[in-house]
Amino acid sequence: MSFLSITKILIKNIFHGPYTTLYPIEKKDNYENTRGRIENKISECIFCGICERRCPTVAIKVDKEIHAWSIQRFQCIQCGYCVEVCPKKCLVMNSQYTAPSTGKMRAEYTDA
Amino acid sequence: MGNRTVIPFGPQHPVLPEPIHLDLVLEDETVIEAIPQIGYVHRGLEKLVEKKDFQQFTYVAERICGICSFMHGMGYCMSIESIMDVKIPERAEFLRTIWAELSRLQSHLLWMGLLADAFGFESLFMHSWRLREQILDIFELTTGGRVIFSVCEIGGVRKDLNAEMIKKISAVMEQLEKDMVDIANVFLYDESVKHRTKGVGVLSKQAAFELGAVGPMARASGIHMDRRTQGYAAYGKLKFEPIIEIDGDCYARTSVRLREIFQSIDLIKQCIALLPEGDIKVKIKGKPNGEHYTLIEQPRGEVLYYSKANGTNFLDRVRVRTPTFANVPALLETLKGCALADVPILILTIDPCISCTER
Repeated sequence: MSFLSITKILIKNIFHGPYTTLYPIEKKDNYENTRGRIENKISECIFCGICERRCPTVAIKVDKEIHAWSIQRFQCIQCGYCVEVCPKKCLVMNSQYTAPSTGKMRAEYTDA
Repeated sequence: MGNRTVIPFGPQHPVLPEPIHLDLVLEDETVIEAIPQIGYVHRGLEKLVEKKDFQQFTYVAERICGICSFMHGMGYCMSIESIMDVKIPERAEFLRTIWAELSRLQSHLLWMGLLADAFGFESLFMHSWRLREQILDIFELTTGGRVIFSVCEIGGVRKDLNAEMIKKISAVMEQLEKDMVDIANVFLYDESVKHRTKGVGVLSKQAAFELGAVGPMARASGIHMDRRTQGYAAYGKLKFEPIIEIDGDCYARTSVRLREIFQSIDLIKQCIALLPEGDIKVKIKGKPNGEHYTLIEQPRGEVLYYSKANGTNFLDRVRVRTPTFANVPALLETLKGCALADVPILILTIDPCISCTER
């Protein structure tokens, strides 16, 4: 007969303190591998458009004429396929997440 | 004979994480019949294969379900690799097995929390999920995502484990095994929990076989069925036995999943001990042509991946037969004759994943 089998866990819990963190006040560290958001080192980009063609969610737009590269951050699923296929390795996966936003703005990169 | 009433259960119900609708025909407090209705989260992912090329579809396949995401990606990659006759490196097979077993661990821990929540044991729910959090941290450390990993690709895996990560995984597994014993004791031996699960919703071996139950649902009814015994990925090189219970009630299903948690911990330890050195992927050439089906074991049961390719970048058809879909007839059978108050627990013990079911 056992009615109080969870008591052991609960007593341990009283002395342990919280397992959670107060999120916005206490920041959680991201790992090196964390897939946060895609960044483009635009000065190295050759605007070949491979990333645009391979992107599963059609989030990337490349304009070779005006040397513009843009990404719809909230459409991107952070799969990292563009990073893998980029011939110049100018696309990188940043470990910081996209900040919350009120609109679906495109992140524009232009090489003037 | 009492009055017959029909009570709609779902699609929005406190106990259901995802939408499924059941019309319960009641006679007093007893369920006579349950009529299901699905289709609330259909997204047309199978059709999408005509628009996305076979490489891109790996990332779509992973998004069929948030809990067994890795196994969906793995099942799809395995079927395309079979069509293209690609042999992936041994290390990649072991890495896939490690991530697959970690997924099983987190899925079962999630389910145990939900079950505890369904019978109103809030603190047990929180403690199950506390243990699950460590596994999500491992996922973020090793793959970069907590839910969707995007780590499986056709021809192998995209990320490798380094010595530091392996050390972290081993440490977490050691600790988890100790912590799990306490949680398992509550689920298996606490009188108040046993009162809700023992003898409730019995599915006989014959009924489970006839209705085509899969996974823990079938194993709890005494059917010897575990697709991992086929030896796909690295399972052929590991020592394990499918976990079988014979009672077929909610208690047996809980027990099967609990024991599978310990089995998964053991399998991960075996994988780490045997992990070979070498490449993690092979470069694939050409385009797939032909058809193939793959069966793998997800946390909820067997999943079937059928792919038909035509030699172009776009596949003709991908068909996914998911475990919850196969378990719905068995659920309806167990619902017959149960009390209304037991319906939430019965629905939860099939471990329903509606977004898998409807894709």
